[in-house]
This record gives sequence, C-alpha cells and structure tokens, in this order.
Amino acid sequence: MSMKPLCVKLSVQPSRGLVDEKFTVLVQNLLPGFQLTVHALHQCEDGHSWEAFAHYTADATGTVNVSQDPSLDGTYSGVEPMGLLWSLRPVPGSKSGLRMRKKNVQTPMVVTISVYQGHQMEGFLDRVLLASVVVERWYMAPGVRRVPITDGKLTATLFLPSGPGPFPGLLDLWGNGGKLVEYRAALLASHGIASMALDYLTPQITKETGKIVDNDYFETAYRVLEQHPQILGSRIAMLGLSFGTSVTLRMAVYSQVVKLSCAVCISGSHVQPIGGSVEEILSYFNKNADKTRFDENNQVIWRDLLLPIPTDPSLKVDMGRLQCPLMLVVGEDDQNWPSYECAMDMKEMMERAGNSHLLTVLSYKNAGHLIEPPFMPFARASTFRTVTNPPTKVMALWGGELVAHSRAQEDAWRKMLVFLRENLYGSMKHSASFSNL
Amino acid sequence: MSHTGPPVVSVHPSRAMVDEAFKVQVENLPPGSPVTLHSLHQSEDKDYWEAFGHYVSDHRGTVSVADDLSCGGTYTGKEAMGLLWSMRPVPGSREGLRLRKLNVCIPQLVNISVYSGHVGGGFREQDPLASALTERWYMAPGVRRIDIKEKGVRGTLFIPHGPGPFPGLLDMWGGGGGLLEYRAALLASHGYASMALEYFNPAEVNTAELELNYFETAFNIVRDHPQVMSDRVGLFGLSLGSIVSISLAALSSVVKPCCCVCISGNHTHARGGTIGGVFNEFFKNLHKVRMDENKYEIWRGMGLPIPDDISQKVDVGKISCPILLVNGDDDQNWPTVECAEDMAQMMRAAGNEHLLTRLEYPDAGHLIEPPYSPHFRATKFIKDGQKVILLWGGTTKPHSDAQEDSWKKILAFLQQNMYSSSGPRAKL
Repeated sequence: MSMKPLCVKLSVQPSRGLVDEKFTVLVQNLLPGFQLTVHALHQCEDGHSWEAFAHYTADATGTVNVSQDPSLDGTYSGVEPMGLLWSLRPVPGSKSGLRMRKKNVQTPMVVTISVYQGHQMEGFLDRVLLASVVVERWYMAPGVRRVPITDGKLTATLFLPSGPGPFPGLLDLWGNGGKLVEYRAALLASHGIASMALDYLTPQITKETGKIVDNDYFETAYRVLEQHPQILGSRIAMLGLSFGTSVTLRMAVYSQVVKLSCAVCISGSHVQPIGGSVEEILSYFNKNADKTRFDENNQVIWRDLLLPIPTDPSLKVDMGRLQCPLMLVVGEDDQNWPSYECAMDMKEMMERAGNSHLLTVLSYKNAGHLIEPPFMPFARASTFRTVTNPPTKVMALWGGELVAHSRAQEDAWRKMLVFLRENLYGSMKHSASFSNL
Repeated sequence: MSHTGPPVVSVHPSRAMVDEAFKVQVENLPPGSPVTLHSLHQSEDKDYWEAFGHYVSDHRGTVSVADDLSCGGTYTGKEAMGLLWSMRPVPGSREGLRLRKLNVCIPQLVNISVYSGHVGGGFREQDPLASALTERWYMAPGVRRIDIKEKGVRGTLFIPHGPGPFPGLLDMWGGGGGLLEYRAALLASHGYASMALEYFNPAEVNTAELELNYFETAFNIVRDHPQVMSDRVGLFGLSLGSIVSISLAALSSVVKPCCCVCISGNHTHARGGTIGGVFNEFFKNLHKVRMDENKYEIWRGMGLPIPDDISQKVDVGKISCPILLVNGDDDQNWPTVECAEDMAQMMRAAGNEHLLTRLEYPDAGHLIEPPYSPHFRATKFIKDGQKVILLWGGTTKPHSDAQEDSWKKILAFLQQNMYSSSGPRAKL
C-alpha cells in the first residue's frame, strides 16, 4: 500500500504555446524513487479521444523533468521532451484509421496533462489522479489574421502575420485528399510568412462546374499574393506535399507567371505528363492503378504507381530548367509515393544540367509519407477518401515508424523554416545548399 | 542598398502568464542600425500605455532585448522586461492613471514594434518597421473562476485545474475598495485556490465591512470548499488588506491561517478595535497629511510616530503562523518599514520572532504588485468622496526590481509553507 503523496506539483511551461514549440513538463514534491505515470489526453474536433503516457521514477530531489529524464515505458520511451504529443494515439476502442488534423485554427488544441500514481498501462480514468494541468497548443500566434479568399474564383484562406508588413508570401498546397486545409499556412504566418492555403481539388468552382482546375487557377492564386498590399510580390514561395509537389514543380519550372523565390516539396514526385492539364496528371496516375498493392492488413500501397521512374523526358518535369532554390523532403519508408526514388532522380537530372547547387534534399530513414509540422501524432495508415467521382474510401498505408517519423517531422520543419527564412527574408543571392544545417 | 527582406520582431513566448519573462528580438536589420523598440497597450479604460528603448543592431542585424543594452528611452541598460515595467501613460493622458486588469478571463494585449532610429515620441505618427502582438495572461488554462455570494460575503474564487485538494488563500486589496481579481487568478495559476474578497465598494468607506467576523466567514468559505485543504489556508494582503491579515492572524480565535503574506501593511491601530477602528484613527490624523510639489497627498506622516503604547497596536506577539512582510522604504503612503521594525521588536519580546520574515526594498513604494506591472508612483484615489492623487512613492527601476524579487520570494514562501510535505517553516 502506498500513500498518496502530499501536494504533488505539476507544471507545463509554456501553458499556451504554438504547436511547433517545445514545452517542459515538470513534476515536483514527490518522494524520491516514487513511481508515476505522466498522461496526456486530447479530444479532437471529431470527438475522438487521443492519449499518450509514460512511466517515470522520481529522482533524489523528488522531481521528474520530462525533458531530461527517461521514460521507462509507455507510448514512448527514453528522454523525449515532446513524446506526450507525438505519441498520442486513439484511446482503446476507437474507430480505426483515424488521423488528427485541426480544422478550426482559430482555437487552440487543448491537451490535459495528468500525473497518476504508479506505472499504469490503461484504465486511467479509474486510477488515482495526483495532479492535472491544461495546456493550449495554437496554430495561430497572437496578431495573425485569417482572411478568406474568394477572388478570382479561388477557394483559399490567407494568413497574414502580425504587424504592418509587407511580408514575403507563400502558396501552400496539400495533396490528393483535397479540401481546404489551413493549419500549416496558419503556422507559417505565425513565423512571419503571409501564407495562402489553397483548395485546388475540391474548390467551389469544381463543385459547381464539375471540372478540375488547371494552371491558370494556380497562377491566379500566385497573382493574388503578388498583388496584395501587405505582401512583397518579389518574395513568394510555394510549399507542396504529395500531389501538391507535382503542382509546385510544374509551376516553378514552366509557368510564365509564377516566379518563385524558392520552393519546398514534401513527399512528392516530378513524374507527370508535362504540358498536360492537372486532370491529365491525375489520369496518368490512375492508368497504373493495377500496380496498387495491399499489405497484410489490407492497407493500400500506392507507391508503385509511379515506378519505375520513366526515362522519357516528356513524363518528368525538366528539373534542369529550375531557377530557384528547392528543398525536397522525403521519407525513405514512404508507402504512398516513391518520393525517395524521385528525389534521387531529380538530383541526378539537376547534376547533369548543372543547377544542383539549388537543391537541398532532406531524406529520413523510416519516415513515411505524411511529413507534417512537428509534435503531431503519427499515423502509419489512415482512412483516405479519394476526390474521384464517385469517391472511394480506403485505408491508405503512409509508412514510417513512430519515433523515426516524429524525429523527421521535427528536423524537417526546423530546416524548412530556416530555408524559407533565408530565401524569403535574406539576401536575394541564391544560397541553396545547406549541407551544414 | 541592402537586398535583405524586412526586419522581423519576435516575442517568445508570444502567449505568457503576466509573471513570466519573455524574449524580444529583432532580426534582419542592417548591421549597426539605430532602432527603437516600443511597446503599446490599450487598457480596458481605453487609455494608452507605452514604453520604449533605444538599441543598435549587431553585425548580424539583430537586437536582443534580453542581452543588449538600451541606451535611452523609458528604461536603460540590460532589461529583458523593460518594455513592460517601464510603461507609462502616453503623453496627453489623464493624470494619476493606474493599470489594473478587470476581466482576467482574457489576456492583456501588448504590441511590440521596432522603429527606425532613436525615437523619443510621436510613435502614433510613424510607421514601425515591424511589430508583433503578445498576450499576457492572469489565468492559466483550466483555472476556474467562481462568483461567491454566500453568507453575506462577496468575492471571486479561482480554483486551479486538477483533482486537488489545493492549499487556499484569502486575497485582500487595499483602501480603494472594489473587487480586484487579478492577483487571485494569478495565484490560482500557481496552484493556490484563491478568493479575491470584496469588503467595500470602490471608494465608499462607509460601506466597509468593519468586523473581523466578515473576514472570518470569508476565510471559512475558502477553508470549507471541497477542493481546498482545510488545514492549509493562508492570508494574502496589500495595504489595508495586510492590516486585516495581521489582525486576523493575531486576534482571531476562529481562523488559524497557515501563513500570511502582507505587503505594505501595518499593525498600528487600536487593540480591541475593529477594522473600523483603522478608519477612525485615519480621520483623526488627517491634519498630518502633507502635499508634495505636485499637490499629491503624502499620508505616511499619519502613521508616525509609531506609538509606544501597546494598546495602540495589534498584539503581534500572538501570531502563531509564519508571516512574510514585504515593504518599500520609499513608501510615501504609510511608514511600513518603521512598522515592520516595530513588529519585529514586539515579536522578539513575545518570543515568536522566528515566524517573521521581512523583505524591504530600497526606493520601492507602496504599491508592490506582481512583476512587470508598471510602477505607479502617484495615482487617483477617492478620499471622502473627493478625488485626490495619492503619492505612493518609489522610483521606477528599483520599484520594478522589488516587484520581481518579492514575487519570487512570495511564491517560494507559499510553496514552502503550503505545499511542502515537511510542514510549515517560517524562514525562507
């Protein structure tokens, strides 16, 4: 029988932070050697509950500092300052295939951090709770403004940083899941970049006309940024993930209108029929649908649809013509797109053309497809609804392993911000290679 | 001409508690440029408060307020938090303003901007190079605010998040009256279930609760709350609130505080009298009020000399809990340091001096508030239905240092006496 210790003190600093900021979880006033479990609980907007937990032993001063002490067991182990967030997973009994994505970025993600007596594995609601604090994680820094954009028939949201401006701009593209996903653009604006999240697969115009948008849609989005009174028209970047990479590379190399200061492409490919419409790129992928594989859990592996990488130059963006710094971020365990192979091919093309000094490749072992801002929970697979007509719902395998993928997200985000800062805020001189990052 | 992009101001953390330090940085300036860092806040009363410091960027084009020296402005030297504590009403404001947050559920918004050159004023007429908004909170996430109207007692109780039970505090302000919640909200954010107590309407002395009974009832409301540890309830007061605390600690047979924090208080009112006795004494001594060159009222003379007659003083020898006295030696409102010295002597004679800890700050005034609050040297006060300006005293920099240092020590004192499992101890 162990006594409930008197007045355990739990603190999390900062109690209100941005989602990409680290926090320190400190438990004090314990008896030396006391065994406890630190637990995180979050209820997402869809009503699902997510939890993470770790086992610690108080040191000689009766303290546990999550940033410095090792977790002995739980949803993460070892010294992991942010493990309580990135190892969050749906509570037992939840639906399968969940993925956590904040829709309303104007409110914080609320996480309850608690301390329980002993080394608990489950059934937390019935255990002896010693202390608990509430932590807010924000996508929007104070003063960031959210501006819905409908001009030019766009479906987009612009996030302006705090201050008078003008600011560098960025066009933010997600992948084949479509919809208007705002959280990354909101976070980038919190870092001083006026960012526009663009819905290009399911925008209002496509819902009304049934037609997929084409190059002019992206050029319009670029122009809206370029002409905005609070945006520096000569300092605009593009960021794409997955299919967003296909669009970004196409615009960066071929568009007469889009003049980028730099581009960041995550988990994507340069393989596409050049000169075709966006719809034609999608059809090209679907042509190889028979190469779809399934793993032992019947989860869909789509990486083979683009393999082998074609040698026919009309089927790849001509990377030798790229004139701005490019950062490629890829997970070597990407099961959705062959992003690593494509990155190697792009590198080779640029080396042959003599513009590889513009290229930085960040490649992460055991990371999967969905390389997101840091500290977000990891999903090795999740329910994916295609934007085809009619839509189909599958369990897509993204790949990656929890710890390696979480580390990759943290490292990649930091380097992406440095890259964007250097190219958007720094000297106009190109200085792309960051081998010493 | 430089080809770098615009400068960037950043404040970390961008959302913080009011007693947390922040780091203000400006990056991407041309190297060696003179700039002015400026803070601006619009209070709930719609007045504007500002502070500013003059800097020169380093060879990387960076200014870091925490590391660099301000060479001019409302503060100078290496002052990470100078942009907050040196704030004062903008030129042209009404006289005698004081900044006090009324709605503690939303943050205080401060805009930090950087201007080109060393600017001394006229900030509204120029465009800054860049700016960042920062939030300063009195309430941590999860703290609950509960209105209390029970047994004739009026107050607001703030309860920390979690299962509890928590140590409790009765929090009392001074002679301005009204219900001020911000310190209790902040204390709850540090783990103390704290009740801000209203004991008279703003500036209406004749509505004051004068009997110890009112305060004892209030204390028990905190003590009896299901999430409060009934044997760990303390008293926290400033000015008149400290007088109440000292009286309760010494005289009450009903409440036994676990410890007391008394800022700018005194023990000099008639023994056996009620708190009302304090006001009677006060009105008797009005002739001792002096005026400074601005016609600000100096009340400290009313408390001098400290009577030798012990029947004119609270019997502090009867205090049986640790007590922390926090005072500024430039207190122009009351001779609080002299009182503290006298209290020490009385306690020494009674054999309970080991319970006493004294903090005294040179050039600090009467209103010792949570850290980074601006310094209020003289502010409006309603005395007897009349608007006057009272001189509280203190010089800004030493007063701000006192606020910062005393808060740290107050929290350590509370932690030691209310959270430590080894039981209450008096000396820090």
